[in-house]
Amino acid sequence: MSINATLIGQMITFALLVWFTMKYIWPPLFDSLEERKKKIADGLAAAEKGQEQIILAEKKAIGVIKEAKEQSSEIVTLAQKRANEIVEESKDTAKKEGERLLLAAKAQIEQEMQQAKEGLRQQVADLALNAAEQILNAEIDKTKHQDIITKVSKQLS
Amino acid sequence: MSTEAHAAEGATGYIIHHLTPLHFGEGFWTLHLDTLFFSAVLGGLFVWFFKTAADKATAGVPGLVQNFAEMLIEFVDTQVKDSFHGHSKLIAPLALTIFCWVFLWNFMDLFPVDIFPLIGSLMGLDYLRVVPSTDLNATFAMSISVFFLIIFYSIKIKGPWGFAKELMFQPFGPWLLPFNLLLKLVEEIAKPISLALRLFGNLYAGELIFILIALLPWYLQPVLSFPWAIFHILIITLQAFIFMVLTIVYLSMAHEDH
Repeated sequence: MSINATLIGQMITFALLVWFTMKYIWPPLFDSLEERKKKIADGLAAAEKGQEQIILAEKKAIGVIKEAKEQSSEIVTLAQKRANEIVEESKDTAKKEGERLLLAAKAQIEQEMQQAKEGLRQQVADLALNAAEQILNAEIDKTKHQDIITKVSKQLS
Repeated sequence: MSTEAHAAEGATGYIIHHLTPLHFGEGFWTLHLDTLFFSAVLGGLFVWFFKTAADKATAGVPGLVQNFAEMLIEFVDTQVKDSFHGHSKLIAPLALTIFCWVFLWNFMDLFPVDIFPLIGSLMGLDYLRVVPSTDLNATFAMSISVFFLIIFYSIKIKGPWGFAKELMFQPFGPWLLPFNLLLKLVEEIAKPISLALRLFGNLYAGELIFILIALLPWYLQPVLSFPWAIFHILIITLQAFIFMVLTIVYLSMAHEDH
């Protein structure tokens, strides 16, 4: 139980162990610890930031929805107005068209009436002439009274 | 467990046999081979374990080995940061080495006292004392290394003159210079001696009690050695912790400039 050269051997071993720990063991392990700490801190910060962004996005989304609603109601109003206009317009057009058709029909009727009148007049004249001819054939010379007949037929028209 | 051979030598013989190191050489140049061998093996174990952890060290999810190593690193780092406020690349690794190495030395105490001497005798070794901390050489080797570091840092931080001034003029001022010097020298020298003797004393006594228990009849042994072993788990950790913390404290005192 005495101090001897073992002391020196032990000191050398101790020095070697401390040197090795200092050089190869402490730095990598400690660095990985620090790095992990930093990673976790970063992660937490990022999570917080994400949370904030979500809140911001929600606010933004609410704004967008509101705007869209306003826009859509505006569009609906406009569309209704436009529809009313179109209805009015078409009513107008229909009325005008109807009037036009009516006018055209009237004109046609007039024309046809005119034609019928003309035809009738011709026929009456022909009939009258015929009748007169037959009468006169029996009594008068056709050529002598030509003028009178023409005059009469003129009056008929 | 006292075997027949030991019984023949008597209880004293058994105790002395267990506390005699395997030695080689004469006088000062005696080497305690068992102390050197076991402390080197345990140091190798410590270094191997931490090197494995350090090689696989990642900032991601740590594995089992890395987790354990990091737990110790954090523990030591907390101790260092608590009492040492300077910046040093040496102190934290030094503290880790001291804590783990001393713990492993002390842990050898928990093996049954006869196992290793029995294996040794089968290999032809007369004596084998497996707990390095029951060897004054081992504890003093560590505490004297720490003492050198204290002196080195005192001179490095305060300068040779600053350190000399601290030795001469504190705590009672320049008029009591010889008294100051004596007090300071005793204070400084007491540090390594108390460090080494505290560890040695605790472990030597613990080992001695294990040996004494081993001398009792077999049916009494478990009743006594079981509680003593449990108590000893506390002691070996505590002694390793005390050695580490005092080293940190002494070195931080060496760093403080008055």
